[in-house]
Amino acid sequence: MPSLGADMDEGKLVEWLVKPGDHVTRGDIVAVVETQKGAIEIEIFETCEIGEFLALPGQTLPVGAPLARLVETACGGDVPTPQAARQPLPNAPTPPPPAKPAPLATTGQAPLASPAARTRAGELGLALEMLSGTGPGGAVLLADVERQAQAVPLPAAQPAADDRPKGKPGLDMAEMRRAIAAAMSRSKREIPHYYLAHEIDLQAAQNWLTARNAERAPDRRLLMGALLVRATVRALAKVPELNGQFQSEPYSPSAAVHCGLAVAMRGGGLIAPAILDADAMDIDAIMAAMRDIVARTRAGRLRNSEITQGTITVSSLGETGVDALIGVIYPPQVALVGFGAPRLKPVVHDGGVVPRLAMTATLAGDHRVGDGRRGALFLAEIDRLLQEPETP
Amino acid sequence: MTPSDLRTAFIAELIAVAPDLDPVAIADSDHLQDDLGLDSMDFLNLVSALHKGFRLPIPEADYPRLTTPAKAVAYLTEMLAR
Repeated sequence: MPSLGADMDEGKLVEWLVKPGDHVTRGDIVAVVETQKGAIEIEIFETCEIGEFLALPGQTLPVGAPLARLVETACGGDVPTPQAARQPLPNAPTPPPPAKPAPLATTGQAPLASPAARTRAGELGLALEMLSGTGPGGAVLLADVERQAQAVPLPAAQPAADDRPKGKPGLDMAEMRRAIAAAMSRSKREIPHYYLAHEIDLQAAQNWLTARNAERAPDRRLLMGALLVRATVRALAKVPELNGQFQSEPYSPSAAVHCGLAVAMRGGGLIAPAILDADAMDIDAIMAAMRDIVARTRAGRLRNSEITQGTITVSSLGETGVDALIGVIYPPQVALVGFGAPRLKPVVHDGGVVPRLAMTATLAGDHRVGDGRRGALFLAEIDRLLQEPETP
Repeated sequence: MTPSDLRTAFIAELIAVAPDLDPVAIADSDHLQDDLGLDSMDFLNLVSALHKGFRLPIPEADYPRLTTPAKAVAYLTEMLAR
């Protein structure tokens, strides 16, 4: 069972799309797993042959549990190996490894823990011995307990499958809310955010869009959102450190740009799948990718790579939103770009005050990776790129 | 097509774009974006579907005439009569 994000601890196998004996190529979709983000298509990570199934449709398994055995020497072993089940995966919701070997209390004594942690662990029914502490001398702190509480769903918070409110097949709204809360809590706990805002004149971009769309059939028209994603992706070339995943120190930015898109679900909730390799796309390809990924997000058919590999996220309020959004970074990413609703505003243009379409762009950046000065360069570059929309 | 047929066809396309909407609960005066929660991508998908279904060009300049089921039916009636 692959981890599909920092907030996932188990998943339910819905169906196999292959059978034992099938030959599969790395990237092929082999199974569908139901998670808090809906049904996710699972891609195989090796080129090999499917051996025996170790899990059957309908089973719920913890992250790391093997789903099938793969045969052929090249791929060797289970998917993933049973040991991996007990090891924290890079983006699994496990506590950070203790910086030093935790000098636990000597045998017979209770483990070191702060009073608040002790009380909270008691409320949650968690054994302190089972927690790894990050406090002085390996003491268990309140934050450690909360982290563990999120990693392990409590039985009480897990209603019987049939009782769950259903937004649509494969999507459990209560579970999704928990997943969002867990990811955002982790973000606010671990990421020292800085925030910037900048007003961008969109009239040139709007004029270009209007002219371009006038000569196109509806299914080939572009939305402002596609221009905003393209400008974001291109601006990263100037400030590349904002693109990546902060997995461990030292941080190294990602070479590829997998641009996450915050997609609101109409019944409530939010999923931010990534458009893979968005830096290589022209405007039409970005628009097509956005249509595709929004449709699949709402239909509950995303792939695991799209859920886990995002390197930056764009959150756009669209036409009917408010002026600005101050984002919460989606861990383990290091930046989130927010676009407020474009509106006609009085703007000084060519020496006079005129009504022009304008929008507030914001950046939530991770201080572990850089400072506001670099973030400001990034927003200014997005602005510059939006003033020349015709540049392919 | 009668206005009633057009309304049925319009609602069918709307539901295809936003399957979670309840066709019975949609009022003629509901604003597609403000009341029914369509975003710009949904709206573009709806326009694409209407373009294909009715073979009408539906330029962007006409988008304000499609903001509610009532307006849309009036617009489609007018355009198809041309």
